[in-house]
Amino acid sequence: MNPNHPKSPFIIHNSSFNLPPSVAPDVIDASCRLPLVVLFLSAAVWLLTASAFGLIASIKFHAPGFLADSAWLTYGRVRPAGVNAMLYGFCLQAGLGVALWMLARLGRTTLAAPWMVIVGALCWNLGVAAGVVGILGGGSTGFENLEMPAYAAALVFLGYLMMAFWGVLTFHQRRERQLYVSQWFLFAALFWFPWIYSTANLVLQGFGARGMAQAVIAWWYSDNLLVVWLALVGLAAIFYFVPKLLNRELHSRYLALMAFWMLILFASWGGIPASAPVPAWMPTLSVVTTVLGVITVIAVFVNVFRTTGGKCLMRMSNPSLKFIGAGLASFVVVGFASAVTALPAVNQVTQFTWFTIGKGLLNFYGFFAMVIFGAIYYIVPQLMGQEFPFPKLVRAHFFTAALGVLLFAVPLAVGGIAQGLKLQHAVIFADIAKGTLPFLRASTVGDLMMALGHVMFLVNLGGLVFQFYRGRALSAWAEATAEIKTAEARP
Amino acid sequence: MNYGPLIFLAAFFALAGSWSGFVLTPQLQIGRLQQTNTIGNPTAAYPVARPGLAQQGLDVYRANGCAYCHSQQVGQTGTVLEIALTDAGTNHPPIIAALLKLAAAPADGPTVLTALPQLEAARTNGGSAMLLDGLPKAFLRSSSREGANAAIKALYAAGAKAQLWIVPVGPDLARGWGSRRTVAEDFLFDAPVMPGSQRVGPDLANMGTRQPNVNLHLLHLYAPQLQMKGSTMPPYRFLFERRKIGLEPSPEALVLPAEVAPPAGYEVVPKPPARALAAYLASLRADAPLFNAPLTVPASATPATSTNAATTAASAK
Repeated sequence: MNPNHPKSPFIIHNSSFNLPPSVAPDVIDASCRLPLVVLFLSAAVWLLTASAFGLIASIKFHAPGFLADSAWLTYGRVRPAGVNAMLYGFCLQAGLGVALWMLARLGRTTLAAPWMVIVGALCWNLGVAAGVVGILGGGSTGFENLEMPAYAAALVFLGYLMMAFWGVLTFHQRRERQLYVSQWFLFAALFWFPWIYSTANLVLQGFGARGMAQAVIAWWYSDNLLVVWLALVGLAAIFYFVPKLLNRELHSRYLALMAFWMLILFASWGGIPASAPVPAWMPTLSVVTTVLGVITVIAVFVNVFRTTGGKCLMRMSNPSLKFIGAGLASFVVVGFASAVTALPAVNQVTQFTWFTIGKGLLNFYGFFAMVIFGAIYYIVPQLMGQEFPFPKLVRAHFFTAALGVLLFAVPLAVGGIAQGLKLQHAVIFADIAKGTLPFLRASTVGDLMMALGHVMFLVNLGGLVFQFYRGRALSAWAEATAEIKTAEARP
Repeated sequence: MNYGPLIFLAAFFALAGSWSGFVLTPQLQIGRLQQTNTIGNPTAAYPVARPGLAQQGLDVYRANGCAYCHSQQVGQTGTVLEIALTDAGTNHPPIIAALLKLAAAPADGPTVLTALPQLEAARTNGGSAMLLDGLPKAFLRSSSREGANAAIKALYAAGAKAQLWIVPVGPDLARGWGSRRTVAEDFLFDAPVMPGSQRVGPDLANMGTRQPNVNLHLLHLYAPQLQMKGSTMPPYRFLFERRKIGLEPSPEALVLPAEVAPPAGYEVVPKPPARALAAYLASLRADAPLFNAPLTVPASATPATSTNAATTAASAK
């Protein structure tokens, strides 16, 4: 499965005689350029927005009165606004961009209808903006990770359909029939989201469900988005970029296949907390499937480990590999932490604590965002045909991001366990809450580090895009002016 | 796996499975829950819909994201059986002796809730009237049904009447957050349901039982650090209006201590959302004894005499 290997599907070997010839990579990149620039730039802006909201929320633990007199900036609105900006603004948007590019490159075909993808991206961004403003204005639905009000959800859904439809069409018109593992993951992800999103919104905001059935459906949605969708896209990127950038073959296609099946069959049943006040079979089923998730994690790790030949990705010189290595490490940590904390005895301690929050954010920022950063740092120079204007900032971004994730996940995890252990005894609650404050305040430093990294990311990305289009505009201008000169010179 | 349709089918069936498990089935199972009757009071339906103002308060709770810091799920690690004396008659010494004998029983027997010296003192100097005052009162705790039955028999032989109480236990309950675990029925009429996933602040499942006073809720929303020093709860002053006192002070104005009081001539009046939120908080009571989460409410608290029979029946299950 090495992209450069003679027998690799990356190399043209038209076994099917009726297939049209493959398209050259630079032509594919040219077809992807504008849609991906729109997706990645707006994702970077949302990432920074989410960081700003996250910081405001974090500062409120140092000074509860901070910005408290404005209804729009109260903690209970700023926090979901930040999470939604991160999830829908960055994770899904940038993930879709990377997915579309991988689908086009792996299929050796141009992106189908790039203009429709741009329209879809604009619709998506409009929806996310409406949703975030709606949450700040008090229009949240009250369901975690699904807070965006119905009007915003409709726009987001429409935007996704517009992008995913052309993704599926790109997949369909591929010139390379042999499928690479990443394509399974991506193809499944493309239609996973519309199903879960429409179900959750229609049932919870439309027809209405009674009592705790609402909570179960909200948990099901969160799990399928945060665990299944993010893993489908993130793992597709890991399986694509690691062999490609290392110039080696993927260790085992079958191990990847197993991870794929485990993910879609079992991870989609997780999410119901062990202590939830619902009929006992639901949490029990979730616990079993979440623990089985360890197998997925091990299969992915072994596959990548054997592919790299046991070398640590984070110590490679290629910055994309560094990011992807950090993402994989977080994926493994999150997977094991989820399995362990799903066990009822452990869940008794970690439920309702900062540990769960820390784990969720490690999944966002440690796993998914890291993998996507790595992918974007590789893809965008390919699209533009030039290097980033500030290559040193890429390395600096890696260090701030990695350090930021550590500084923020570790205190939350440790503080959460301490909080959970105290909750096991009839200690006065105010004392328990006070005990978590030093940890929360320490995690603010991590927030700051990550925000700094996100600024670097936006500067580099925006800089490269500006540089490219400025170059284009200048050459177009030069061409235009040159033509006039020759026209004048003729008589 | 070289065909697109094959991958599509794989993903389709995988997701269809989890969809029917966690979307369709909960709709059929939890979605069809009906009001149930509480133990000991067959005519009282549970739950009842919240009153109108509290219903509006749920909306304020949702809009301001209170659920990001407060859970509404109380956990319980198990139940214990307590043996309560309901009638001690007039001849106390044999009862005290029986209690002492039960206290000296082997480790698997019931444990005595009253301090041993107190019992000893009651036996020697006849202070039993004080000890056996205010019945019904729990004296013994047993972890097994057999042990409890034996204890009741022994007390009966000594001339006392005793009954079994079912008492849910767990750290949440010991902290005073409720009297039993939270069950799906507690949320039956709420939309949206916000069970919460975090305990930055205390659990609110039984906030109304702990603090039925709406005015104190309003005060807490306006200035949380007044009642709880060092609390990280943000003040919700935007739910209140600071205005000049008109002809006479508003009867609804908050009575504020000097450190947060408005300047002279001004008053702080709760806006409608604040009143609704306070009414909602005061309406949070998930403590009715249910058949799937039984507990005994002492007879003095419920007038119906059938309570005891019903709880004993439930405990036998």
